[in-house]
Amino acid sequence: MTSESIDIINAFALLTNFVLLPALSYGSQLALGALAVTLVYSVLRFSNFAQADSMAFGTMIVILLSSFMIGKGWTISGIPTALLAVPIAIVGTSIYLLSMDRLVYQHYRKIKAKSITIVMASIGVMFITGGIVRFILSAKAQKFADGERFIFSVREFKTYTGLEQGIALKTSQFLTITIALILVAFVFYFLQKTRTGKAMRAFSDNKELALLSGINPDKVVQITWLLVAVLTTIAGTLYGLDKGFAPQQYHLLLLPIFASVIVGGIGSPVGAIAGAFLISFSEVLLTYAYKKFLIYLLPLSMHPSSLVQLIGTEYKYAISFVILVVVLLIKPTGLFRGKVIVDD
Amino acid sequence: MAYLEGKNLVASYGVVPILHECSVEVEKGELAVIVGPNGAGKSTVMRVLLGMLDATSGSVTLDGKDISMLSTQDRISHGLAFVPQTKNVFPSMTVEENLQMGGFIRQDDINKTIEEVYALFPILYDKRKQLAEQLSGGQRQQVAFGRAMMTKPSIMLLDEPTAGVSPIVMDEIFSNILDVRNAGMAVLMVEQNAQQALKIADKGYVLVSGRNEHTGTGKELINNPEVRKKFLGG
Repeated sequence: MTSESIDIINAFALLTNFVLLPALSYGSQLALGALAVTLVYSVLRFSNFAQADSMAFGTMIVILLSSFMIGKGWTISGIPTALLAVPIAIVGTSIYLLSMDRLVYQHYRKIKAKSITIVMASIGVMFITGGIVRFILSAKAQKFADGERFIFSVREFKTYTGLEQGIALKTSQFLTITIALILVAFVFYFLQKTRTGKAMRAFSDNKELALLSGINPDKVVQITWLLVAVLTTIAGTLYGLDKGFAPQQYHLLLLPIFASVIVGGIGSPVGAIAGAFLISFSEVLLTYAYKKFLIYLLPLSMHPSSLVQLIGTEYKYAISFVILVVVLLIKPTGLFRGKVIVDD
Repeated sequence: MAYLEGKNLVASYGVVPILHECSVEVEKGELAVIVGPNGAGKSTVMRVLLGMLDATSGSVTLDGKDISMLSTQDRISHGLAFVPQTKNVFPSMTVEENLQMGGFIRQDDINKTIEEVYALFPILYDKRKQLAEQLSGGQRQQVAFGRAMMTKPSIMLLDEPTAGVSPIVMDEIFSNILDVRNAGMAVLMVEQNAQQALKIADKGYVLVSGRNEHTGTGKELINNPEVRKKFLGG
């Protein structure tokens, strides 16, 4: 042990392993969920409380499908089977979300209900969706990741670099970050460059004028739900691969997701992503125990005896909540000025 | 028969009657103006012509064809275009994207029409990558006109195009409207600034409580003592 001296490299290897990588992957998962909330908010004009439970719904289909596929031996070595099940799960989630739109939200659009009324309806959808998931999969926690657990493990990293402190890159982290990057790039390209994406933005900007320009509102709504289904299923699956699946845990994701959207500026896609990383880094940085990190950096005489943990992990949801309240008090429009719905 | 004709239109919002047998018509290459006091139903006439509000009786014909039963979108693909009074651009989209959205229903190449709009309003070409919300009031109005022209309409309906702009911008907008008319389109507009609008109008309608009170050429109406006294401030 070289703990008599100050060891910056090992200190930051430690931080990379326990803060940077977890926060990046958690942030990516939140970002996809937040992007879905922002899309619904911009186009359908309500805050979708059912988002987190829809993620559980999408993940549920992935779990059912992948266990079926594993039973049949339909796997590719090294890749989590769940990932192979995602495309079909997206179809399933799309059907579910479009049916909910047909059964619930369409009615409120037709009678031109106030945004807050539709929000209340979405809370109903949230309970129904959560109920369906618990009914089918039970409320118990489960793991569904298979295949290689690590891209490289702590031991491999140590042998390769000779550092005392190892860094492991979990397959789920690697997949989360790369897939989220690709997906976000795709969504932005779609919204900025394609005819349909522009029509969605036009519809969100000025509904009446979009109708006068011949943009079909039903089609815009359907495309939105399809995009939301893609984001939702992938976000849920990546979160589950990383942290395991439990309906209640997914349900509680609603708070950090909403916090991300509001911190970033509601209705702004870039803001949703920025907000997601702000929330994830705050959560991880504030709940991390810095004892070992400080031991690497400080001379022996100053080594801490406590864990040096600012907030216990059991309070991590409070962090989103506090950030949310602070933002609403100081800068309610968020980091990237979002738009606020005014009922007409 | 005139190019666009609204004949004996009767309409109401709920139980409140707004239009009572009101008629307007406009020919190609002609600028017709509807003026009148607040609540006379001027904007309602536009909404009925566009199919945004159903008339309880009366008919709307375009080039001799009855279009009363068509939806707004169908009327737009038949050659009607509308520039609303407010919220007439997509604020968070660029000028060029605004024009592209205007031509959304067209299946053919819209780039030529975009060029035509730029030729008519050269400033829009310079600002084509800017967001509409960053433009001045007059420029934004040009974007609104440009967007409406993207369907290559034969008739433009304008709802109070000079509402809330400075007198200089008003002159600019009126000259834009004359450009549009001179390009061979029929233009029908509702206007608060009655005096100035009637000056450039080929035809004018004075509406009071949903009825045609006076009809004539712009000049006739300006010179009509009763119209002057009641609606033009002496």
